[in-house]
This record gives sequence, C-alpha cells and structure tokens, in this order.
Amino acid sequence: MSGLHIVVCGSIVPDPLQTLEPVTTPAGPGLKNEMMLPAILDPWAGHALFEAANLAKSVAGSKVYLVSLGPKAKLQQVMMTIGQKAPFELVVADGPASGFTDAAEVAAELAAAIEAIPGLDKSQLLVFGGWQSASRGAGATLQMLGERLGITDQFQGVDEIKMQADGSFTVLERIEGGSYQLSSCAGTPAVLGWATGNLPEPPNNPQIGMANMRLIMPALQKAKPAKVSTGEVSFVAVELPKQVRETRVVKDMALEEMAKEIVDWIRG
Amino acid sequence: MEDIVRQSMDVDIVCVGFGPAVAGFLTTLSRSLMNEDQTPALESKAMPGMPLQVLCYERADDIGFGVSGVVTKGRGIKASFPGLDPAQIPMAAKVSGEKVVYLLDPHGAGRKTAGLKALEAGLGLAAKDFAFELPIIPPFLQKHDGLVLSMGQFMQWVGSDLMGSGLVQIWPGTPVAAPLIEKDEVVGVRLLDQGVDKKGQPEAAFMPGMDIRASLTVVGDGPVGPVGAALDERFGLPEGNHQRDWAVGMKAVVGLPEGHGLPVGTVIHTMGYPEPEIFGFLYVLPENTASLGIFVPSWFDSPIRTAYRYLQHWMIHPYIWKYLQGGTMRSWGAKSLQESGRRGEPHLAGNGYARIGEGSGSTNVLTGSGVDEAWTTGAHLAEAVIELWKAGRPMNRANLEATYVRRRRESWVDQESRVAAKSRDGFQHGVIPGFVGMGLSGLTGGTLNWVADIKRTYERLPSIEEFFKGRIARPEIERIRKDCESTGASLHEALMDRSGWPTIEFDGQLLVSHQDALLMGGKVQAPAGFADHVIFVDPAVCTACRTRTCISICSGQAITANPEGGVPLFDREKCVHCGACLWNCSQPRPGDPERTNIDFRAGAGGLHSAEN
Repeated sequence: MSGLHIVVCGSIVPDPLQTLEPVTTPAGPGLKNEMMLPAILDPWAGHALFEAANLAKSVAGSKVYLVSLGPKAKLQQVMMTIGQKAPFELVVADGPASGFTDAAEVAAELAAAIEAIPGLDKSQLLVFGGWQSASRGAGATLQMLGERLGITDQFQGVDEIKMQADGSFTVLERIEGGSYQLSSCAGTPAVLGWATGNLPEPPNNPQIGMANMRLIMPALQKAKPAKVSTGEVSFVAVELPKQVRETRVVKDMALEEMAKEIVDWIRG
Repeated sequence: MEDIVRQSMDVDIVCVGFGPAVAGFLTTLSRSLMNEDQTPALESKAMPGMPLQVLCYERADDIGFGVSGVVTKGRGIKASFPGLDPAQIPMAAKVSGEKVVYLLDPHGAGRKTAGLKALEAGLGLAAKDFAFELPIIPPFLQKHDGLVLSMGQFMQWVGSDLMGSGLVQIWPGTPVAAPLIEKDEVVGVRLLDQGVDKKGQPEAAFMPGMDIRASLTVVGDGPVGPVGAALDERFGLPEGNHQRDWAVGMKAVVGLPEGHGLPVGTVIHTMGYPEPEIFGFLYVLPENTASLGIFVPSWFDSPIRTAYRYLQHWMIHPYIWKYLQGGTMRSWGAKSLQESGRRGEPHLAGNGYARIGEGSGSTNVLTGSGVDEAWTTGAHLAEAVIELWKAGRPMNRANLEATYVRRRRESWVDQESRVAAKSRDGFQHGVIPGFVGMGLSGLTGGTLNWVADIKRTYERLPSIEEFFKGRIARPEIERIRKDCESTGASLHEALMDRSGWPTIEFDGQLLVSHQDALLMGGKVQAPAGFADHVIFVDPAVCTACRTRTCISICSGQAITANPEGGVPLFDREKCVHCGACLWNCSQPRPGDPERTNIDFRAGAGGLHSAEN
C-alpha cells in the first residue's frame, strides 16, 4: 500500500464556557468580540487530526494536511499549540469561523482549497473532519464536501479506522441507539466524519512544532480570503441556548439525593 | 529519573515565559534579525546560514491569556512603537482623568486602628457615598498622558505581530521545568516532563521534557516562575536583597451598565476599604468595559485573607457600586506580584543567562507601575544581545553586565527604582506610616524614607486565635472550625461572617459565587499528563499548622481542607497559577527561612480568562 494523503478539515471555535453573545455585523451574524475571545481547535476536528497523525505513522509515506477556514490571526495563535502535537502541512482559507457560516458555502470553500493542494493524489485521499463541525451540529458540511470532491464512500460518527495491508479498511461508526456499525471499504478515497475517536490528545513535542513551523507561517501568509458569508444566505434570527448555572460545592451527599435534586432542577 | 534519555535541541536564544518583558525583548530583537535584502543580520550559531534561532516557551495555553487591567505611562512601550495609537490595540485607551479615593467603611467590619478611625471621622465630614476623593494626586502616582490597557489584549496584539513576522517562535502550552546549569553556566532549559502522574512518575504516554540548549537563556518567567526560582536558589541574591514583599491582585473585566457616566480612560485608585491595607483600581476601557480589582499585600496581617470575598465587598462599596450596579462579570483572574522592587533584584546576568521583567525586580513599588518597566528591561537586553552578537562576543556574565546591566542602570527604570526602593517600608509598621513613607520617598526623590526591617510574610501572620483576640473567643473559633471541618464549609468565610462582614447577595451577573467566577471568568486549563505543581514540602509541618492561610488565599479554591485531616488537598484543575500559596504559607520551610513550606513548581495551563 502506498502512502495516504489525509486531509483534515478543521478550524477554530471559541473556547467553551464563555458567555457568547450573537451580534449583527456588516457581514451578517457574528459573535460579540469574536476576535478577542480565546479560541481552540474545534474538538471534533482535533480528534480527527490526532487520528490522522496516528494513521499516517502506521502507513509509510503518508502525509497529513490540515485545511482550515478561519480568521488567520486567530488561527495563527491556535496553530502554535496544535502545531506541537502532530506533524501536518497547513492550508488556510481566511474567513469567519463564528458558527454562522453556511455549511454549503464552507464545503465549497474547503473543496476548492483541497483541489488546489499541489501534488495531492486523490486516489489515495482520506478526508477527515469533525462530523458535526461547521454545520451547527447538523453534520452536513463533510457530506457536501465529499460530494463536491466526488467521493462516495462516506462515514459519519467515526470512532475507529483500521487499515489493511491491501489498502482496504474497516470503519467503526456510531449509529442510533448507542450501537456501532462496522463497515468495510475496498480502499481510498473516502470521507470520514469523526466523533471522538479513541486517542488521547498527544503531548506537545517541540521538535514537531519546529518542523511544522517552517510551513505554518508561509501558509498563513499566503491565505486567500474565503468566499463565505457573501450575503446569499440570510439569517432570520440568531439565538444561543440560554445558559443556566447554579454551582455549589457539595460533599458527602447521597447519590440518590444528588440525582433527585438534578431531576427537580431540570423539571424546574 | 536522572537516567532518562532526553531529546535535545540546539537554538541560539531560548526565552522563558511570554510576559511584557520577553515581549519587549522579542519585539526589539526581531527588528534586527534580518537585513533589508533578506539576508541574516545576526547569523545563527545553531543553524549556520540562518538568522538567530529564537524560541520562547510559555506555560499557559495561549499568549495573552490572563485578565489584568493596566494603567501605564507607557514610556518604554511608546519608544518601541513610535506614534502608537491606542485604537490599534483592543480595549486600550488614553488616560483621560485620574482619581485617588479614600473609601470609608460603611459596615464597621474592617479592622481599622483608632488613628485611622479618627482620620475617617474628619474625612467623613466631606465624604459622599462613603468616600473622599483626594483633591491632589501626588506627582509620583500620576499617569497623565498614559494608557489604560488590557494586559491580555496587549500581549495578544504584540504576540500576533511577532509570530506573524516568522522571525521568532512563541510556543504556548509548553512549560519550562528548570534551567540547565553546567559548571555555573546556564546552557539552556529543560522542558517539563509529560505523561506523568500527579507525583511526576512516568505513565504509559511518558515523554521526557526536552533539553533546549542555547547560547543565551532569557529568564522572564515572572515572580513565581520555576526557572527564576531555581537560579535564585543556585546563585543566591545579591548581598542585602530579599523577596519578602508580595501582593495578590484579584481582577475582573466588567461590562458596565448603560449610563454609568464614567468617560473612557478614567482611572480610579482606592484605598481604605474593605481593609485599610487593601488597594483597589477601576480603569474604564472602550465599549462600556472596565477593568477592576484589588490588591491584597503581604503586610496585611490577616490569616483569613480571602481575596475573592474582599473583591466583592469592594465592588459593592457605595462609591464603586454606583458605577457597577447592573454590570456583568465578563472575565476574572488573579496574579501574584513581586512587590520587593529593587530590593528583590536577583543577579541580573550570569554566564549564559539574563533576567528581565518582574522577576528581575523591575517593578516600581512607589509608582505602582510594572508593565512598562518590564517591557523596557526586555528592550535593554535585546539591544545588548544585538551589540554582543554583532561583535561575536560570548554571552557571559562580564559581557552581559557591560551591555545589558549597564543599559539598565543608566535608564529611567533603574533611576526611578532607586527612588522607590524603600518607599513602602513604612507599611511594615502600619497603614499610616506606610502612606507617610510613600509620601516622603516620593516627594524627596528617595532621599528621605520611613525605613523598617522587612519581615517575611509568615513572620507577620498571627494565628487565627491571635488575630481575633478580643473579638471572637477561642472556644467559639474552635467550634466554628469544627463545624466547618464537618460540613466542608469554608472557615475563612465563616469567620468573616462572624466578625460582621455582611452577606454578599448574589445577583448572578456580577456578584456570583467564587466557583461561578471561576466558570464565568474563564476556563482553567489543566492538560492531562503533567505533575501537580503545588507541593506541600514537609507534610508534618502542614499537618501541625492550624492557620492554613494557603486555603483562604487560594484564588481558585484549588487548595482545600482535607476532611480526613492532615495536609490540605490540591486540585490542579482549579488552580489559576496565581502563585499566592507560595508566599502566603504561614510556615517556614525547614532549613530555609526565606522560603515557605509550599513549593510552586513548573506547571502547564492555568486560568485562560474569558476576555482578557
């Protein structure tokens, strides 16, 4: 089996546990102070990236690309952390990552960025990403991306991929009812929308960081503006889920009491 | 662990910690690394043919992660960015007005002396909202023509520019464990081991911290940084110097209510409340935002020094609350400040290393200014490095002293730090002597000072029983202590309630529980695979301790009483890395009177403030 070309699609999201406030901007809905909010790599995409790096290690000659649609100034900061965790080559499309972009527009932009990667062998291509990413949890973006790239073998909610020596592979997908579906695929290309996978977050490795850095900064510098939020999609209303928080530190409370209190709280 | 094979990497310069000092260093240095024709102006020894290879390691998960409001004259910063327009920096503005306000105690729960109470009785005649605005601000406290900044936003602004240049590398999420020292020469740093358990023992994913070897190690890891601490332990402090004065700053970014009436750029400093030793600040930033907070100093002799509760009492003081009522907490955080200033200065340079910033004693304790001074020391070092590297001279003590230390000694930073050196000594004797001493030092240029011996924090801390003598009887304290131990409740909160402090009525927006502040104010980053960084050195000492100031001062409630008795518990996932436990511990370390029984080691993460 020759080396895989694994393209991971992933961008940044605001660090969780912050108070997010939708506002109307000249470019449509956005988050208040978006550029000032601490950002992290979308956790779904993070799992996909770590799985990609792990897979690339096991198949000689493989290469990992990270294709990111996001504001390049914030991407730059996040890459300084992510860039130490796994070797990859970065491709950047400079655009919003606020969660208010349209899945179809994002898919189109990602497809164009992938098509433009020099030397990419589409016959050896695996497209990875977070299964709920860039679609407000709808799971639509990767499917549309796959269609645009002409890849018909698609898997969503993936927790495991096992490559065989002949290039075929099996995929473990989450399906309804808490069950898994095990599928066999004859070979690449394929699209895998990752759930959490099974791998822990890799430690920071300064040597990987140094190696990635040679490509990260040039990629950021040559990032092209992404054609998303062009006004073709209009949002009638935007609202974030209400945040309800009542924190107490409780010790020595019986489990039954705890459960009852939570149920009562949920019932209001 | 010493037999472990470690990877090693050679660079030219390695920096520890991305604070304002290292930012000043990297900003200045990076502008001289390349020629206009894109050939290296300063050629690397580690990678011949390339420009200097300069790395900076930061323990936090991001650059500009912390919440901190700053007012600064910005002389050094403006020198680095001529024509600086504050509008370029998020949440920055020019100082538009200054007030210094003495806050009276509306509740009578504070512990003011008879002298202060008499003073207040006089001031009270002219007070409004239980506060007295000083008609004159001493020149040494004025920040006219200065800037109000969000420290986090400023650091992000600088850091993004630096990283975008591609000339230097800043790596967050990568704590440095210790300096590498060979025959009294610092030859680089060792990064922290990953894949270990709480006690540092290797687990399945063990990755030994890499050795980064460099011609110059730039130590800018602040007042509680492990590299600076290790150098102080190895090389000692210059004769007569010590680091015994500290403060913890607890801070918040607040969304102000509409119609608050404070112009952008307003600077308010307060004193007198909630306790006479606690200072407060409120800086008005653009877009209806304020950065505010309090400082709890080491010479505040209370063993129940719970900064969060005091911050809440300060916010609801009538003078402050009239501006804040209806506001929202947007971010929160805490940090230790090294307040010894020039007296806490370590050896600024040695073979293979140089110290810059707060950990190098650059903070001016008279003017209450540290960021600009730190930045400037970094710029001084960069100028020295450029000079030495161009001349092909090694980074040894003699050369660094002749270049970096000389520049620093000749600068306004050093000259003003000499004026400030003894300016706070008076606080060793009380608040009134403290203010008189500051006035003396400030108005006479440091010629006259109220001089005092500086005690170590633990020497100042009375036991809880001694502190409440005459106010709460010993048997009652013991009963409250037992009640708290049995219910897991906070002893310091119970004692504050008992001594007359009013209950804080939570509004869910600005007045929230300590744990909610931790959740609303940001997110503690505690990546897996790192050892605990707060160590109770001698368990027997902790077990015998009845004061346990470490618990009441802990900014994140990460240190708690052990329900089974004995050594307190430490929860890394709540630690905001303020380092207050390090100097608030009420027990000396056996065999080392300058240190306490708590060790604050290298650790990853810390609080990533929601907005900074």
